Amino acid sequence: MAETTLTKAGTQVVPQQNGIKRFVQRYGWSYVFIAPSMLVFVLFILIPAFSSLIVAFQDVKLRGESTWVGFDNFREAFTSQSGVFVRAIGNTLFYTVFTVTANVIFALIIAALIQPLGRRAQTFFRAAYYLPAVTSAVIIAVVWRWIFNAQWGLFNYLLGLVGLGPVGWISDPDVALASVTLSTVLTVPATGIVLFNAAMGGIPKDYYEAAELDGASPLRQWWSITIPLIRPVLLYVVVLYTIASFEVFDKVIVMVPTGVANSTETIVTQIYRTGFEQFRYGPAAAQSFVLFLIIAVIAVVQFRFLNSDVEY
Amino acid sequence: MSASGAAIRSGDVPPRRRVSGGRLVVYLALAVTTIISVFPLYWLLLYAFTPTESSIKLPPDVLPVHFSFLNFQNLFSRAPLVWNWAANSLIIALSSTLFHIFFDTLAGYAFAKKRFPGRNLFFGMIISTLLIPPQVTLIPLYLLVRQFGLINNLWGVILPAFADVFGIFLMRQYIQTLPSELEEAARIDGCSEPGVFWRIILPLSKPAIAALAIFTFVRSWNAFLWPLIVLQRTQTYTLPVGVASLQEEFVINYGIIFAGAALAAVPMIVFFLLFQRYFIEGVRLGALKG
Repeated sequence: MAETTLTKAGTQVVPQQNGIKRFVQRYGWSYVFIAPSMLVFVLFILIPAFSSLIVAFQDVKLRGESTWVGFDNFREAFTSQSGVFVRAIGNTLFYTVFTVTANVIFALIIAALIQPLGRRAQTFFRAAYYLPAVTSAVIIAVVWRWIFNAQWGLFNYLLGLVGLGPVGWISDPDVALASVTLSTVLTVPATGIVLFNAAMGGIPKDYYEAAELDGASPLRQWWSITIPLIRPVLLYVVVLYTIASFEVFDKVIVMVPTGVANSTETIVTQIYRTGFEQFRYGPAAAQSFVLFLIIAVIAVVQFRFLNSDVEY
Repeated sequence: MSASGAAIRSGDVPPRRRVSGGRLVVYLALAVTTIISVFPLYWLLLYAFTPTESSIKLPPDVLPVHFSFLNFQNLFSRAPLVWNWAANSLIIALSSTLFHIFFDTLAGYAFAKKRFPGRNLFFGMIISTLLIPPQVTLIPLYLLVRQFGLINNLWGVILPAFADVFGIFLMRQYIQTLPSELEEAARIDGCSEPGVFWRIILPLSKPAIAALAIFTFVRSWNAFLWPLIVLQRTQTYTLPVGVASLQEEFVINYGIIFAGAALAAVPMIVFFLLFQRYFIEGVRLGALKG
């Protein structure tokens, strides 16, 4: 795509020799400046994106010719190993619904709570909440795996104190997905808090003063002033977290490497296993394409909602 | 900006509600969430510095009463490759950061300040890649990188990571706000285009570059899925990939895994505490995952 535009712009001025010179003189450096970035985008995103469509319809062979197989890869993606991919989609949906709801509500409440605090207190809390977010999901998952450990883990110890358990948090197929979900629900949603906090700081405070004069409670103010006015940011955060949960991989593969009887398989763990454990590239590409469709639908919904602008 | 607004608001709270019950509940709630937030990190450090024998017991010790470096000694002697992993992580993170700073500022400058045919088309093309989740291109990208012979090569991680919208977008937004007078003055004085970039734009963009550098560094240090796929030989692992592999190797001796995990986490924690301001600014400017 990049090349065609360049040559098109070039051919327009081909007739006069010094026209090219002038063109290069005027615009040459601009193209030089964007060239390295454009090159990597074309090479590492656009070309793979288009070839993912090709790979999804091919029987890929690392040596020798790949052959066209129509929709076979999609059929295989959904049906192989008694339809574990369908289960993975269901698991991912479960995970997404619970974590996004909990994270967004949690972020809204905490952002509203730290909003009236002094500058120093706000900085402190934002830092405390953001700290785990700079740590790799793999590392956090290692800790959770130990917290969930059936024999020596913290959770079963605490349950034992009140005479319950032990629960096979990440070894029982009926519980494992809920445990993984719980670990995300109990993670403070740092990005959401920071974004909400910034958006809430931009709301004129006379709104609150007027509401207070009318006798509105803080809760009522939060619901009737804060939430409507930060709606664009709210929707943005919802979409951000939704896409992130649909792409969940790191923590799942570290906490539950085996997938306990497929009970914790997610879309991306399936893509990984199909592609890089079983080396079935075609079906894995087909599964990736399904993920793309799901995320595209979410993006479309996002743009629908984001179009409603809010005026302060 | 929001902080100052909040400061004003908290400043003129009417004196009648000094320390009400509501205030107390708020602080209690914030204290609880803070504990929940930092708990996994605390537990990580606690168990990294507690010998496995002392951590496999009930009730668990909540304070570091058995403080020792034993886990780290075991880690270094039984998994000596951890030094390679740390070096690989550092090389990948540093070179990704340098690439992003230089080329994103360059492209961001062109998109912000220059007029040239196809500018909107190129920029639109870059932005449109936001709609393509990285997991979608996983298989073809792997086949491509394989064709380049970059499997088990750190470049196989560094180069694809370079195609990322955030930096270009951030730099463009920032450079747009810079006044054009300085560039023009430099040009009149006979400064070449690369000279304008190097002497004027780059120094003026420092605040945005700082945010970009910190984010890129942390993100590439923590990256997992792509390094896991490309770096298949144990010597070429990064720290997160290596720590995940320790899990399979030392099922019983959990202290070793925690020591490795701490090794991967602590640099980023220190980094964050030093540059906190830029992190928060970066989240606001570009809104990243977290």
